[in-house]
Amino acid sequence: MSALVFVEQDEGLVRKLSLEAVSYASHLDGDTHVVVFGSLGDGQMDLIGKAGAKKVHHVTEEKFAQVDLMAYSSAIAELMTKTGASVLVMAKSSLGDPISARVSVKIGAALVSNISELPENTDGFQVKRSIYTGKALAITEIKGEKSVLTIRKNAVEIKEDGQPAAIEEFSPTVNEGDFKVNITSREKTTGEVLLPEAEIVVSGGRGLKGPENWGMIEELARSLGAATGCSKPVSDMDWRPHREHVGQTGIKVSPSLYVAIGISGAIQHLAGVNSSKYILVINKDADAPFFKAADYGVVGDAFQIVPKLTEAVNAQKG
Amino acid sequence: MNILVCITHVPDTTSKISFTENDTKFDKNGVQFIIGPYDDYAIARAVELKEELGGTITVINVGEAETEPTIRKALAIGADEAVRVNAEPTDSFFVARQIAHVAEEKDFDLILMGRESIDFNGGQVHAMVGELLGIPSISPAMTLEFEGTKGKLSQEIEGGKEYLELELPFIAGCQEPIAEWKIPNMRGIMSARTKPLAVVEPVSDEKRTVVSKYELPPEKGEVKMVDAENLDELVNLLKNEAKVL
Repeated sequence: MSALVFVEQDEGLVRKLSLEAVSYASHLDGDTHVVVFGSLGDGQMDLIGKAGAKKVHHVTEEKFAQVDLMAYSSAIAELMTKTGASVLVMAKSSLGDPISARVSVKIGAALVSNISELPENTDGFQVKRSIYTGKALAITEIKGEKSVLTIRKNAVEIKEDGQPAAIEEFSPTVNEGDFKVNITSREKTTGEVLLPEAEIVVSGGRGLKGPENWGMIEELARSLGAATGCSKPVSDMDWRPHREHVGQTGIKVSPSLYVAIGISGAIQHLAGVNSSKYILVINKDADAPFFKAADYGVVGDAFQIVPKLTEAVNAQKG
Repeated sequence: MNILVCITHVPDTTSKISFTENDTKFDKNGVQFIIGPYDDYAIARAVELKEELGGTITVINVGEAETEPTIRKALAIGADEAVRVNAEPTDSFFVARQIAHVAEEKDFDLILMGRESIDFNGGQVHAMVGELLGIPSISPAMTLEFEGTKGKLSQEIEGGKEYLELELPFIAGCQEPIAEWKIPNMRGIMSARTKPLAVVEPVSDEKRTVVSKYELPPEKGEVKMVDAENLDELVNLLKNEAKVL
C-alpha cells in the first residue's frame, strides 16, 4: 500500500501544511509519492524529501501553471492509478477541500476530512477527525480499499531526516472540458504569516475598543512571528478584514499558541480555537469565560499589558 | 434562473455537544436545531437573484422527518418548493449523491449551498456534487453576480481573495458577505405551510465512512494565572514550560 500526497505551493514555496501531509503519509505503510504542480524555488524539493517523500511527480506543463480544480483533480486521479497508491493525503485548505472531494468521487474512495492525529494502527482504516468545529472528535472507519484524507494543522510533526526524493516529470492527460473557470485577478497580502499556517496566533476582540488600537497587536504578533486574528464582532464591525475572523463561522485554527486579547470567549469563538496546543488569555475581566479554556491567563488592561509583553518577548530574544 | 439550494439541519452554534449510547450517537436532548449558518447565506442570495432575474428556488435537505421545521423555515424565507431525501446524512459522498440525483432530474441553472456544515465541517459536498454532475464548484464564495449566463464570483483563499468568471451551470459554497441573512416575515411563514415539500427515498445506501465512536476533546487543566506586573515570568513559562517560543 503506498500513498500519494498532493503538495501545494505558493509562488514557488512549498506550503508548510503540505509538508505536514507528506510526513503524515510517510508514517503509513508503503512508499510516499508526491505530486506538485508548477516550478519550485531553490531547495524546495529537498524539503519534500526531508519530510518523508520517496518520489516526486512534478507537473511542469504550462497548461497546469494556474490552479484549476477540475484539471488538478483529473491529473491527481490519473496519478493514483499510475502509482497504484491506495491513499491520497493532503492538507485541509481552500485547495485541499475541493480537490480531495473531487478525486474521491473519481476514484471511488472514502473521504475523511480534518484528521487530527496519526492512526493508532498503521493500516489507516480508522482515523480520528475533528467535528462540530472542534467541539468533538469522531473515530471514523473507512470502507473499501481506497481513501482520501485531509489533515488538520499540527496533526503531525514535519520530519526533517528523510532522504532526497527521486524526481520524475509527469505529463497528465489534458481534458479541455476541465478548464471552465477563469481566474481574472487575485488580491493577496504578502510577507504576512498566514492565519491557518501560523504556529502562533495573536487575536484581538472588542476589548481593544477600535481598529486604531491594532498597532500593538501587530507589534506583539511581529515579535512572536505570529499571524493576527480577531473575534466575530470585530470582523462584523469591519475593524479587521473577514479573513482574520477566527471562530465557528470563520477560520478554524490549531496553532501551538493562541493568544486572545480582549476576547471574552463566547462558545462560537472557542470552537474555532480549542484545538490549539496552548491558549493564553489577557482580559481585564477576571470572570471572562475564556479563562476556563486557557492554559495561561493574565488579568489586566490590555493597553498596558500588550506593549510590555512585546518588550518582554523581545528582551528574551536578546 | 432555476436555483437549487442545499441546506443542513444542524445544532445551534451555542449548543453544548454531548453523546449517548456509549458515545455512538449525538445527544439531541435540549439542542436547538437551525438552518446551517452558511446555508442561510445561500438562501438569502438565491432569494435576491430570484427577485432580480426571476425563476424558481427549490430547497433540498437530506435528513429524517425531524428536519421538516428547518425546511419550512427556508420556504418561509422565500424558497418555492422543497425536497427532503429521507435518510440520515452521515457520510458526505452519500449526501452528495442524493443531491446530484435530484439536481439531474430537474435541470437547475445554479446550485447554492453553505461553504460547510457546522456539524461535520467537511466543506466538501459542493465539490462532490460538482464532480458527479461534471460542473465547476466554487467555495467559499464571498460575492456572486451575473452578466447573462456568466457568473462573476470572488472567493476567499489563504491570505486573500480571487476573482473568477465561469458559465452556468455551476455550484457555489456561500459565506458572508454574499448576502444579508433574511428573516421570514409573517406572510412568508403563512405561505410556507402550503408550499410543496416532497419526500423522496435515497437512491443508494452506499456509505464510504462510518463513525464508530465519538469523543469529546480532553479537558483543559487548571489555568495558570500570571501577575500583570510579572510578564517576564509569563514569557519564561511560554518558553520553558509550554515550549512554544
